[in-house]
Amino acid sequence: MSSTDIQKLAQSGVQAIPSVAVELPETRFRQVSRRFVKNKMAVIGLLFCLLLFAIGLFAPLLQPYAPDEITGDFAAAPSSAHWLGTDQIGRDVLSRLISATQVSLLVGFATVAIYVAFGTVVGLLSAYYGGWIDTVVMRITDMFMAFPFMMVILVVVSVVGPSLFTIIAVLALFSWPSIARLVRGSVLSLKQADHVRAAVSLGLRTPRIIRHHIFPGAMAPIIVNATFGVASAILTESGLSFLGMGVQPPTASWGNMLSEAQSISVLSGQPWLWLPAGLAILLTVLAINFVGDGLRDALDPKQ
Amino acid sequence: MITYIARRLLIFVPVLLGITIINFIIINMAPGNPVDMYIDPNMSPAIAEAKKEALGLNDPLFIQYFKWLGTILTGDLGYSMSSFAPVAQLIGERIMPTVTLGLAALVLALLIAVPLGILSALKQNTKIDYLVTGLSFIGTSIPNFFLGLALIYIFAVNLGVLPTGGMQKLGGDGGFGDRMIHMILPAIVLATAIAGRKVRYVRASMLDVLKQDYLRTARSKGVHEFWVTNKHALRNALLPVITVVGLEIPILLGGAIITEQIFQWPGIGQLTLQSMMSRDYPTIMALNLIAAIAVLGANLLTDVMYSAADPRIKVG
Repeated sequence: MSSTDIQKLAQSGVQAIPSVAVELPETRFRQVSRRFVKNKMAVIGLLFCLLLFAIGLFAPLLQPYAPDEITGDFAAAPSSAHWLGTDQIGRDVLSRLISATQVSLLVGFATVAIYVAFGTVVGLLSAYYGGWIDTVVMRITDMFMAFPFMMVILVVVSVVGPSLFTIIAVLALFSWPSIARLVRGSVLSLKQADHVRAAVSLGLRTPRIIRHHIFPGAMAPIIVNATFGVASAILTESGLSFLGMGVQPPTASWGNMLSEAQSISVLSGQPWLWLPAGLAILLTVLAINFVGDGLRDALDPKQ
Repeated sequence: MITYIARRLLIFVPVLLGITIINFIIINMAPGNPVDMYIDPNMSPAIAEAKKEALGLNDPLFIQYFKWLGTILTGDLGYSMSSFAPVAQLIGERIMPTVTLGLAALVLALLIAVPLGILSALKQNTKIDYLVTGLSFIGTSIPNFFLGLALIYIFAVNLGVLPTGGMQKLGGDGGFGDRMIHMILPAIVLATAIAGRKVRYVRASMLDVLKQDYLRTARSKGVHEFWVTNKHALRNALLPVITVVGLEIPILLGGAIITEQIFQWPGIGQLTLQSMMSRDYPTIMALNLIAAIAVLGANLLTDVMYSAADPRIKVG
């Protein structure tokens, strides 16, 4: 590089800096998405999730009938009027399936948004301040994590009374400790990283160090964990609703649509009542898990 | 190691106390109580009130908590509020079916996961690897109740080769063979999610070991490839897989609730659901507490086994 080049660079420096600052996150995003699209299953999973969002968003337009309305014979087999048949009290199964998409997506995303936000803050503070605060917080996570997940959630839901709101609240209440521990772990290692030590020695204030120097580094595992969390919340909600401890009829949920199949006559004679809802849960959870897997590989700095 | 275990056990004390408090708070958030639930319409309010008083339901919450904690500490789990049998006896009757089913599921999961995981690692990035990984994803994503219903539909309803549920044939002698046949479907359901996760774990662990220098040394010494993978590599790859088996206990307990319900398996899971339906607080609290202790114990065992199996890991 000649001296004139350096001079030019120095002159252009004022304009160059802002453009660099804008492009840096862009390249990281590009790098991650380039890696992500290499994973075929993850891309298919993502497309399926987008399709589900569209179904959830436009549910009222897509439903051939109102999901709670009695529109045909009891437990009628699939026909041109009712593509997936009707349930035991004559409601259209396809309409209920579409309407239940909204419920599942709401439970999945609302639960995760709540507990990831809470767990992240707790984990950050616990690791950053250390000492007795850290000890107490970790013992509390021990307590919450010692209860078998499904069992304690069932108990709380049965005690408080099942509803959509209860399920989201209870799932979040017993899911935050794992995120808090994950965040604590990455913050503890980031605390020792050179760029954080540099920020401390520069005299930056704690909130600023946490926000600008620690949090971005801890983001990748949080995103991956949150993605798997959505799948697991949807799965748990469907299990609760199946047992009658989740979303209550007449509101449709994939889980409570399967409850009827606990009777052998429905199970053997009317597969349209339970097969579509079961497949919907399986495909949704599978798609989200594939996305999570793709994100984990794409965000892994070691690759 | 002994000081480590002792210290962990000491930490258990506040954690367990916290668990009992959380447990107690949850139960007391309930709007109803067993007297309201079983009230006879002809019973006068005064008698109902006397009944509540006798059961200690009118005491302040913290008194109720200490009373409960006091009796628990003497090993007395109290009496069921719905069947009036001792809770310990109720749980005692139900624990063996759950443990048997859980162990069968665990063994089955490992029998599926270990060979598939190794195969997947040895054939990394081939069609076989993709197939196994895909299956493992389906295993972890399929709702256990859907899998259970589908298996009943196929094997019990359509093919008629296996029973739909229960632990033994009605009126049968309950012999070993009969019980095994009844256990097949529920064990498969419980094992599926665990196997799905373990496959990926075995695969990752095997891939990790296959890169190690000592395997290259073994190969360069002329050890046959069969022994390199099945003896030198396998031993170290499986160690972490076996040691973290304890972490599956909460999943087994949770899965037992739905599985036992679908297959009418008379275990802890069914008892949990039944006692929730009848608002049987002493039973629910005891079940929660026992489950939490089991989980804590399993976690400790996992840590200890992990460090015993791999001397590179230091505990403490």
